[in-house]
Amino acid sequence: MSGWDRFADTFLNTAVMAKYLPAIIDGFFLTVGLAALVVVTGIAAGLVLALLRSLGVRPLNWLIIFVVDLFRALPPLVVIVLLYFGLPSAGFSPDAFSTTWASLSLVLMAFAEEIFWAGITAVPRGQWEASRSTGLTFWQTLSSVVLPQAIRLTIPPLTNRTIAITKGTALGSVIGLSEILSQASSAMSLSFNPSPLMLGAAAYLVLFLPVVVLGRWIETKFAWQR
Amino acid sequence: MIAPIVEAHAVHKYFGTHHVLKGIDLAVAERELVFVIGPSGSGKSTLLRCLNRLEEPSSGSIMVDGIDLLDRRTDINHARQRIGMVFQSFNLYPHMTALGNVTLALRKVAGKRRAEADAIAQAALARVGLADRAGHYPNQLSGGQQQRVAIARAIALEPRVMLFDEPTSALDPELVGGVLAVMRELRESGMTMVVVSHEMGFARAAADRVLFMDAGLVVEQGPPEQIFAAPREERTRAFIGQIQRH
Repeated sequence: MSGWDRFADTFLNTAVMAKYLPAIIDGFFLTVGLAALVVVTGIAAGLVLALLRSLGVRPLNWLIIFVVDLFRALPPLVVIVLLYFGLPSAGFSPDAFSTTWASLSLVLMAFAEEIFWAGITAVPRGQWEASRSTGLTFWQTLSSVVLPQAIRLTIPPLTNRTIAITKGTALGSVIGLSEILSQASSAMSLSFNPSPLMLGAAAYLVLFLPVVVLGRWIETKFAWQR
Repeated sequence: MIAPIVEAHAVHKYFGTHHVLKGIDLAVAERELVFVIGPSGSGKSTLLRCLNRLEEPSSGSIMVDGIDLLDRRTDINHARQRIGMVFQSFNLYPHMTALGNVTLALRKVAGKRRAEADAIAQAALARVGLADRAGHYPNQLSGGQQQRVAIARAIALEPRVMLFDEPTSALDPELVGGVLAVMRELRESGMTMVVVSHEMGFARAAADRVLFMDAGLVVEQGPPEQIFAAPREERTRAFIGQIQRH
């Protein structure tokens, strides 16, 4: 057996790959669904917190800042493990999917809130004043004048952060969520061959490469208009 | 005599411990153009911003067109439709066209339908000489054009009084004339105006009355001839002398 044959047999073993491909595909769709959910709930929750913060109610803002700083400081894996093994003692036992979804959403929410908030405060005061001086209310000004400008500023950092956090779906493997990585590593244990890991890596590329390219496209598109 | 459109009485304003307005009385009659001059930090912009409650006075009373601006029960957003304001830095909405800038409040505040709002906005833009710029974004317009769009945005709501906060200070000299021409046309149409500005030529030609403010007080007021040519107060004389030197 030549060196290349040995390498191919170990890492690109077609027989092993064919056998575990269905499992990887299952993991792929689970990861896609989970990532999509995390993006929607995380960004929506972050936006809601940023809007609440713009009201300027001091005790509320302290609470928001505390929550946001907490979830920005904790490693996502710690949040997942804490919720998964901690909540049952509070009489509530979420499954692995819900736990990963909630954990990553909380982390994305925290970062998205900071990004939206930075965008809102970057809109000059004069924009608020011009709008309010024509009789628009606080919320009308926020939604028609301030947010459209703020969101344009937030698109590039938000895209980056969203990609980084959705890749954290792989952390679900720690609590037995059968997403891509988990399927690949259990296939590896069963077959005594790391080829499924290569399949898993390929699945991640298929999933995230388009997202990264899309992110780059959105960034340049919004960077140009200003 | 008819009641004045703007009537401010004993207006005080503190920023923290800093006493910016120290008891201002100001009455502006219908169709009157009042000019407010004074050194920077004299409180003239703060006074103007109190007149539509962008700044909340610490005490005093302000009536505009019969509405008590400082009454808690007053719907300030409703009142503000009657008080147009133009800012030094234009403050156009960069993500909207000139037309969009003018129609926003027409639709959201005055409740006009899109077609009607567009027609009103087109007329307002035509009035400031920018009918052909309706589809342009602010960054495609010169400073003078932006300021005229800002004026159109305010007059489209048919205000009873217009407040101008240094409307030409941020403009290159060659663009000032266009903005002043629009303001002159507004004045001739009978608009009541309060103008904070140092455009002395315009004040001489168009103002009914000039107020000189210093250190939070109205030091002297009178017709432009008096304030510019024969001021009675020493501080007014010193200030006029300074600005006329260049």
